[in-house]
Amino acid sequence: MDLPVWQKLYEELQDQNFVIIAVAMDSRGVSAVRGPITKAKTTYVSLIDRDHVVSELYNMVNVPQAVWVDETGHIVRPTEVSGFAMSLSLSKIRKTREIYFDAIRDWVENGDQSHFVFSDADARAHLPAFTEDIALAHANFHLGQHLWNAGNRHEGERFLRRATELNPDSWNFFRQMKNLKHVLGSGGPEFMNRARKHSKAGKEYYPLPDMAEMEAVKS
Amino acid sequence: MTQVLAAGRELSIAAAGDRPSDQLWMNAKDLQEVSGWALEPEGLCKDDACIPLAPGLLDKLVDGEQIEVSGLWTALDRPILHDADHATWMLGEAAADRSRQLASLVAPDFSLPDIDGKLHSLSDYRGKKVLIASWASW
Repeated sequence: MDLPVWQKLYEELQDQNFVIIAVAMDSRGVSAVRGPITKAKTTYVSLIDRDHVVSELYNMVNVPQAVWVDETGHIVRPTEVSGFAMSLSLSKIRKTREIYFDAIRDWVENGDQSHFVFSDADARAHLPAFTEDIALAHANFHLGQHLWNAGNRHEGERFLRRATELNPDSWNFFRQMKNLKHVLGSGGPEFMNRARKHSKAGKEYYPLPDMAEMEAVKS
Repeated sequence: MTQVLAAGRELSIAAAGDRPSDQLWMNAKDLQEVSGWALEPEGLCKDDACIPLAPGLLDKLVDGEQIEVSGLWTALDRPILHDADHATWMLGEAAADRSRQLASLVAPDFSLPDIDGKLHSLSDYRGKKVLIASWASW
């Protein structure tokens, strides 16, 4: 779980004009996240996004992902996986996180002089493309989760399913849909099957952030 | 009642009784409240951006205070969806607008509740470095 490790990082950096806004993408709402948030005793800002609005605004497709925003509200690193690796090796997972967290520390300390801060041109080059299918997928997702939560599960699922087809790269749509059907449904055989296909197509479930330091955890 | 949704927002409006069910008639104030988009002399506008409308487009789509939003959204190539009963409509955003917003590198603002229901906006934290970090219970 990500919340306790962010809490540690936040406690370390909170006096340096830095804040974490954690956004829970959870169509089940507050009841699904109250437990983990309370247990982690988070003191940073912890918000609940039932309708996955932030995913749409920032073109996110998975959790955990993150965006760096500077003091003026300017994006200095767009959406990327926040230092999380899909690996059986615990040391690789730890190392990936530590490199990413060190990059955050460097940014907090050095601001726009940090070499992890992208130039505007580089930041734009790292924006994931927002296609018409993705826009239509979000509309289907919003309507689908609304209908589902309003009790019209049959039609709700149809729109949710359509969202997953329109944006097959969105794990958020797929896993949220499965989780609405069953609270433990976001894993399971259909997920594994989809993940295998994704990997066969040469796509990574958790692509590493574009940082030279991440070379150390490749291979 | 007809339920109108936009990303993260919803509004109930009185169903327009005598209109065809595949049309969505709303007054301009409701449209702006739920979607943020307003009809101005320059076109359909939100924040600083205006989409010009083809001459004559509004002739068929405006009736007094009411706008036929389904036709307007379709003409502007924006996603619009409804359930089988036409009781719930979803007004989507155009990919081009989302792309333009992101390419400006101005972080899009949002307002969401914490577990006590208190709303926080990204813009409340201007002056600090912010890590926006997504996670989920599932």
